[in-house]
Amino acid sequence: MRWGGVVSFFASEHAMRAERLLQRAGLPARLVPGPREVSPNCGVAVAFVWEQEPEVEQTLNDAKVRFEAIHHFDLDDGLAAAGAAR
Amino acid sequence: MSGDIYLDNAATSWPKPPAVLEAMQEFLATAGGGPGRAGHHRSIASSRVVSLARESLAELLGAESPDELVFTKNATEALNLAILGLAAGVDRIVTTSLEHNSVMRPLRALEQDGRCAVDVVYADGRTGEVDLDEWAARVRAPGRCLAVAVHACNVTGVLLPVETMAAIAADARVPLVVDAAQSAGHVTLTVASLGAAAVAMPGHKGLLGPMGTGVLYLAPGVEIEPLLRGGTGSRSESEYQPEFPPDRYESGTLNAIGIAGLGAAADYLRSLGVEQVEARLDALARRFRDGVGDIEGITVHGPPDPTHTVGITSLNVDGVPCATVARLLDDEWGVMTRAGLHCSPAAHRSLGTAPEGTLRFSWSHTTTEEEIDVAVEAVRTIAARERRPEPARTVA
Repeated sequence: MRWGGVVSFFASEHAMRAERLLQRAGLPARLVPGPREVSPNCGVAVAFVWEQEPEVEQTLNDAKVRFEAIHHFDLDDGLAAAGAAR
Repeated sequence: MSGDIYLDNAATSWPKPPAVLEAMQEFLATAGGGPGRAGHHRSIASSRVVSLARESLAELLGAESPDELVFTKNATEALNLAILGLAAGVDRIVTTSLEHNSVMRPLRALEQDGRCAVDVVYADGRTGEVDLDEWAARVRAPGRCLAVAVHACNVTGVLLPVETMAAIAADARVPLVVDAAQSAGHVTLTVASLGAAAVAMPGHKGLLGPMGTGVLYLAPGVEIEPLLRGGTGSRSESEYQPEFPPDRYESGTLNAIGIAGLGAAADYLRSLGVEQVEARLDALARRFRDGVGDIEGITVHGPPDPTHTVGITSLNVDGVPCATVARLLDDEWGVMTRAGLHCSPAAHRSLGTAPEGTLRFSWSHTTTEEEIDVAVEAVRTIAARERRPEPARTVA
């Protein structure tokens, strides 16, 4: 499985909650050390499968979890697309 | 000493649910990293524990979002954060005569510094009655105002009508801080519908967590100055405090091991049901009050009906210093109580029990009927044996 997407956050508390909510919604998600290219804000980010980006965004918005941005980012290859997707 | 009967749960609850100790041991054994500080697996494990605890507490307390809960080291810190933050720019602070020093001392300090006046509305420590017309008049008086009220008196356990007081304050657009030190975990509390700007509580009393933990609920839209500024693990590039909760109010490494225990305690209470705790505390209150009801030479304080007194009853053995009674109870029966003013001089003045104070018995839902009965019979023995008639006055 290629993750392909990363959500960045202002606070690690929100990254923890996001990972939990996405997993409870049946969406693969895992906490990763936040890539510096994505955000310097908090130590961790949440990786997800890029093809599920609409569901990921919807789930986080429905639960009112604050996030900084959603990025098309391959953890191995770096940013796949310039800038943030959202 | 013949026993080990802990009736000082209003100071801190004991014993804790076994899951609390297990969670704290588990935290040190398998997590142990700095919460919110790095992306390695021990830090993430630690952050998860804190986040899950916040989520469980939000469920237990009826908050709309875990972001509304700030971890503090105790209720005193939570109250200071709320009061000092919300007092910015106010002319008057309206409060009640039943407040603990964790409220009164910050208020008096603000008054001494000339930052605002303090208006104390009388509340009856026996009945919990507050003159709501007077409360409304003081809250609605001209100028910018903040209101602070205790939910349950820590001397008699009586509950104040904080929902009504909050509605009056909200109608006057005055923020209300509620001190839920004795009520959290003991009575069903839904912070989102209470209407208060802030609700402060310890983690180590009715919430059954370890000492060194506390919680402050801040209603959505309430933004105040933090007590402390410093590292949060977020916005590390900035030398300015983050604006977003909970980081804005949680500088420095959190007491994650304590929070691990508090989270397990919240899970336990959600599973048990706070209404079950309340029913058990009330049943024990009736047993205690029925038991001491026919003892000659004692004065029981608090409402005639002990229902809804959060597991607290205060009494005095007439003519015997309450500290003496406390010592005899512990020495001879192993019954642990708290004598004196309970850090609430104003509440004791309201009850007419200052400066001597009272002897406070406070049980938990795990206290047994037999333990209550031992305490009752011990009071009966002490009252019969130690009670002295009032000393004759010498007229010169």
